[in-house]
Amino acid sequence: MSATAEQVAFWILAIPLVATAAGVVVAKNPVHAAMNLVAAFFFLAGIYVLLTAHLIAFLQVLVYAGAVMVLFLFVIMLISLGDEHLLEERYRGMQLLGVVGAMGLVAVLAWAILDVARAAPGPLPADFGTVKAVGRALYTRFLLPFEATSLLLLAAIVGAVVVAKERI
Amino acid sequence: MAIEYYLLLAAILFGIGLTGVLMKRNALIVMMCVELMLNAANLTFLAFARQRTSVDGQAVAFFVIAVAAAEAAVGLAIVLAVYRTRGAVNVDEVRALRE
Repeated sequence: MSATAEQVAFWILAIPLVATAAGVVVAKNPVHAAMNLVAAFFFLAGIYVLLTAHLIAFLQVLVYAGAVMVLFLFVIMLISLGDEHLLEERYRGMQLLGVVGAMGLVAVLAWAILDVARAAPGPLPADFGTVKAVGRALYTRFLLPFEATSLLLLAAIVGAVVVAKERI
Repeated sequence: MAIEYYLLLAAILFGIGLTGVLMKRNALIVMMCVELMLNAANLTFLAFARQRTSVDGQAVAFFVIAVAAAEAAVGLAIVLAVYRTRGAVNVDEVRALRE
């Protein structure tokens, strides 16, 4: 069986994605963790392109790798813990139990996924995943959640300012 | 290419994020791991959208990104406020709601 272009691209993106995601967990320094997370978001955007979700891949880079990570880095710099404040991780029984539980969850999920029908997906309409197609869904069937999202973002802006500011 | 590869990748990402949430004590890294878990959920939505040839999954992924951005803004504001009042970003040390 010869590998298709999609399979090659998938493995090229998936292996560094898992490596950088593990780097977020392994890193002691929050800045290193943030850099690993940015890389993971870029690889994930590539995976989204493979799934013909072009708009979502673009938003992934714009919102996650751009806005959210800048926010994270700002807070890391504001808190600016010195080296002596790097928390050394003590692995106690409860934490190890949690890790074992997480591994168990992945095993259960994998078992369930392998039960899913393995049919290759069918042909796609030409505009699948474009701004036009997703926008049409957002502004018709998902209009109410879409408008509710704007309220949520407004509440988040006001809430973040109220919580983070010392004196208003 | 069948979507089970994408679903397995999402499960592994979710497991890595969950491991981080349960193991790390730095609140900032815990929040980054929560973002990883949200992205794993997004990947699952997009994989099933591709399988079912429906853009509904992509619309939901759009909402997940918006909610995750709001969550990051408010969560980081809380981390900052806790750091100001308690001088700590260690989730084990911050366990009281008031005082």
